[in-house]
Amino acid sequence: MLPDEMRELRAISERVRAVLDEAGYGEVYTPALEYESEIERADLAGARPAYRLFDEHGNVLVLRSDMTVPIARVVATRYAHSEPPMRFSYLAHAYRGVRPQRGQAREFLQAGIELIGSPAPEGTAEALGILCRALDAAGLRDYRVGLGDASLYGRLLDAFAVAAEARERILHELVTRDFVGLEREVAAAGLGDEEAALLLRVPQMRGGTDVLEASDGPVADALAGMRAVRELLDPAASERVIFDLGLVRDLGYYTGAVFEVYDPALGVPVGGGGRYDELLGRFGRPLPAVGFALDVERLHIALTGEERT
Amino acid sequence: MNGLTIAVPRGALFDGTLDALDRLGVDTSELRRNDRRLLFEEAGVIAMRPSDVPTYVEAGAADLGITGKDVLMEQRERHVYELLDLSYGRCRMVLATRAGDDQTAEALRRLGVVRVATKYPRIAARWFEETGRQAEIVEVNGSVELAPLTGLVEAIVDLTATGTTLEENGLVVREEIATCTARLIANPVAHKLKAAAIDDVKERLRAG
Repeated sequence: MLPDEMRELRAISERVRAVLDEAGYGEVYTPALEYESEIERADLAGARPAYRLFDEHGNVLVLRSDMTVPIARVVATRYAHSEPPMRFSYLAHAYRGVRPQRGQAREFLQAGIELIGSPAPEGTAEALGILCRALDAAGLRDYRVGLGDASLYGRLLDAFAVAAEARERILHELVTRDFVGLEREVAAAGLGDEEAALLLRVPQMRGGTDVLEASDGPVADALAGMRAVRELLDPAASERVIFDLGLVRDLGYYTGAVFEVYDPALGVPVGGGGRYDELLGRFGRPLPAVGFALDVERLHIALTGEERT
Repeated sequence: MNGLTIAVPRGALFDGTLDALDRLGVDTSELRRNDRRLLFEEAGVIAMRPSDVPTYVEAGAADLGITGKDVLMEQRERHVYELLDLSYGRCRMVLATRAGDDQTAEALRRLGVVRVATKYPRIAARWFEETGRQAEIVEVNGSVELAPLTGLVEAIVDLTATGTTLEENGLVVREEIATCTARLIANPVAHKLKAAAIDDVKERLRAG
């Protein structure tokens, strides 16, 4: 990274950090190297650590793939008796595997927060509000924040008593973003017409508040949760949020609300986050929590893209 | 086109794709007339090789794209939404060998490994992995049919529509790996930010 890029990245990082700081989120830093046994206590699904090494005692160390899990560990150990809610922010590198020959970076810079001990919907609304303030401060103009619910589709499958094997195949098509495959697997699951139609329609429902009015039955709980978040949002955040019932994130630990930042100047999300109400419990301090991470380098690309239009 | 940009494949899927665009009300006369031009900004169409379509769509240089399922299977890791089976351009992905005794079986029995030529190394490798057989994948870019005739390999994995080319080269289909048709794909961010326009295109294409 050379001086021009570094200067611009620093400026963006500082603007984001000022917002997080002002909101009362104290900055923390943890080592890039963690014991694998600690990190593996979280369910990282699609974002498991990609790089491993051994120390002189034969312990397996990994390069962290996000900051949420290390901070969860810190909270459980160093803040074992502190009164929630607790607010932390970070500006740190994380490391993920890349697809070969694609010029992807193995190391990327994340700026984000973790809000520990604040349940839905208040905590979620607070995190979304700060997310939008941070993006506004960075100078991003045309972004939207997609809001979904990680538990929604699973609840639907539960309600329709889909067998374990079919369920796995259906979820596979959903995470691999293949609606043609989803249609095939839902048809093969032997459900009633109405149930099958709902399983196909729900993940493609996205847009304004009309999405939230759509349905009753098993989807209703998740929609009520999203409405409750929306009512608590400040106006600046509210006008940025779109609702997306098909939103799937590749981290396994999300339990409720999930969100992703989209900008028309970039083909991939600029960042995202969500609720992980069960993660802290795995480290010995069961507390509801929510957080987000912005990919600072992607944010930089999106800002540059917006400049051109 | 609804304010969207669509990447379309030249080659075997081109005619079917132009018909589909006609049904969407896109003016395709210039596309039909001019086979050198690549960018048709007024129509929101970019023409390219089928295997490049996922690249443009994943990066967001095009909101939508049309390409074959064979391409999507070969580039499985692409972050794109597969929205619709357009059902034209139907082909089969097959394993073929020279007519007569199955040379794949003999190679596996006596040598423990079969050599396979293909333009689809990942589909071929995956197929042999799934069926628990050892294969040495030989990637070629031109006429795959040549490879078993010259003794380079025992078998090929390739796409066939009618089977004529295989037949003319004395090859027979031994196994069917997949049926491939044209698919409509979308960039994940465009799918969220231009939801109404994309759904409209999708529903009109589905209605046929």
